[in-house]
Amino acid sequence: MSQSEATSRRPRSAAGLIAATVARRLGHGAFTLFVVSLVIFSLMSLMPGDFAKSILGQAATPETVAAFQREVGLDVPPVQRYVAWVGNVAHGDFGNSFVTSGAKKRAVADIIAPRLKNTMFLALITAALAVPLALGLGILTALKRNSFFDRAVNALTLTTISMPEFFMAYLLLMLFSTKLHWLPGLATVDAGDPFLEKLRRCTLPALTLTLVIVAHIMRMTRAAILNVLDDPYMEMARFKGITRARMVLRHALPNAWAPIANVVAFNLAYLIVGVVIVEVVFAYPGIGQLMVDAVSTRDIPVVQACSLIFAGVYVLLNLAADIASILSNPRLLFPR
Amino acid sequence: MTDLPAPHRRSRGERLRAKFAKAPYSARFGMVMLSLYIITALFAPVLAPYGEAEVIGKAFEPWSATHLLGTDQLGRDMAARIIYAARNSMGIAFLATVLSFVTGGLFGIVSALLGGWADQVLSRLVDALMAIPGLIFALMALSLFGPTVVNLIIIIAAIDATRVFRLTRAVALGVVSQDFVEAARLRGEGTLWIVTREILPHTLPPLITEFGLRYCFVFLTISALSFLGVGLQPPMADWGSMVRQNATLITYGNVTPLLPAAAIALLTVSVNFVVDWLLQITGGGRDGR
Repeated sequence: MSQSEATSRRPRSAAGLIAATVARRLGHGAFTLFVVSLVIFSLMSLMPGDFAKSILGQAATPETVAAFQREVGLDVPPVQRYVAWVGNVAHGDFGNSFVTSGAKKRAVADIIAPRLKNTMFLALITAALAVPLALGLGILTALKRNSFFDRAVNALTLTTISMPEFFMAYLLLMLFSTKLHWLPGLATVDAGDPFLEKLRRCTLPALTLTLVIVAHIMRMTRAAILNVLDDPYMEMARFKGITRARMVLRHALPNAWAPIANVVAFNLAYLIVGVVIVEVVFAYPGIGQLMVDAVSTRDIPVVQACSLIFAGVYVLLNLAADIASILSNPRLLFPR
Repeated sequence: MTDLPAPHRRSRGERLRAKFAKAPYSARFGMVMLSLYIITALFAPVLAPYGEAEVIGKAFEPWSATHLLGTDQLGRDMAARIIYAARNSMGIAFLATVLSFVTGGLFGIVSALLGGWADQVLSRLVDALMAIPGLIFALMALSLFGPTVVNLIIIIAAIDATRVFRLTRAVALGVVSQDFVEAARLRGEGTLWIVTREILPHTLPPLITEFGLRYCFVFLTISALSFLGVGLQPPMADWGSMVRQNATLITYGNVTPLLPAAAIALLTVSVNFVVDWLLQITGGGRDGR
């Protein structure tokens, strides 16, 4: 490729370059979503042969089994079934629950909608609490590297990372609910509850989730900043004689945003896993608890829908992380 | 010149001992705790005062001389079950991790060695599987195949193998391009020989520390699944399910149900301390996760 070709193919503006990169990443994200839906669909198509029997009970006759398979759509070829399924999901139709099938069917979408709203509420509170706290702590420990404060926070976060979520949840429950009586131990909320009451009931679950993800974000923030501090231009900054605070905030932080944005989004995605357990501990009526119940009763359409939602959110958050790191990359903003 | 005594070179054992002597307190603590856990798991039937599923009293009896930690929701000895659970929880997590390293590691190395479309297909497949959160994937698979011990091990190992594949492939890619692999190829060695004799020894050090981290992760996932009631099934004792089954006691201010949870936490903290130290002395730069 000649020099003139190379220059003519390069987008002229920073905006053009960024748009092209983001567009490529979006395309990749869409492809991932497609593959994920395919994986979930194929896994669910692997339903063991005797599955209808185990749902309908041992007394199932061949006729009722056939009827069940027709109702679920197992008599249609897989490709056709996949296209129909994706089409329905796009319209918000996740099919009917197995458990309540029969005389009065319940649509999976109707079961999930209020639960999803509750989970989003919990996740939002947690994010609002955890992200600023973690970033602040990460920057502070990087500033005071190897100090007592740094070591203490480091040991503490290594400990909280290693703990199972339910241990943390029960410890907080025991302390704030059973011993101190400050907060309710059960987070049963209704759609009709006033906002403040909801907030009060969500405090313990949100606090548990916060403790879990703060440790990760804080450690990665610290590592990202320290990583930049080893670069030659940071040595230059030190030779110029500027203060450590200015070095970290003015020079290191802008170059560390990409990995930090990445880890924040990654941990918000991690909330998905944490949310399942925390919702069960505090009996919070969210989508995580719903999924666990559906797994126990082997209510496949509900499991499928929940998996798809969880995986979709996970993929989207990771996509957001990548786009954030593209946008925060100073090299992309000022192309040569 | 030849008469000079050879300079004393420290043997491998001596060097290891010197490293241990310099280990920070957190790592020493971790190693002692790990040994205790392994001893408990190996000698569970000797150490436990009662059988794993033996009903020896009323439900939720308080701590006493005969029942050190009281009894659980069905009247089984809590202390005995905590000891047996060490064997179940740790053993199953260990099997799953080993299985995931054997499959993930092998596929990772072969993928890096072969390159081309085989590598592309495997890598894209793993990317897709990793786009689904592990716990969610496990829940989905368990709802389909049912929660038996064998299913649990296979499902968890399969999920974890994707993560191992990624790491092994990345490490092996660096080794594959080295001259000695090329030399082995030109000598006419087979793929299996190259994988086991040339590449594996060079990818082993990072994989060993990764084993510790993955073990923690697998162990926590299995505990979480058991806690949710879809992991190890009764009457098998498991720390995760024991917490859930006795959780009602917590609302009365009784700490007994927290003990199995603390056992989980202490084990993973210990492993993390040791791995942290191993990473430091082997020069790996993994901070954070």
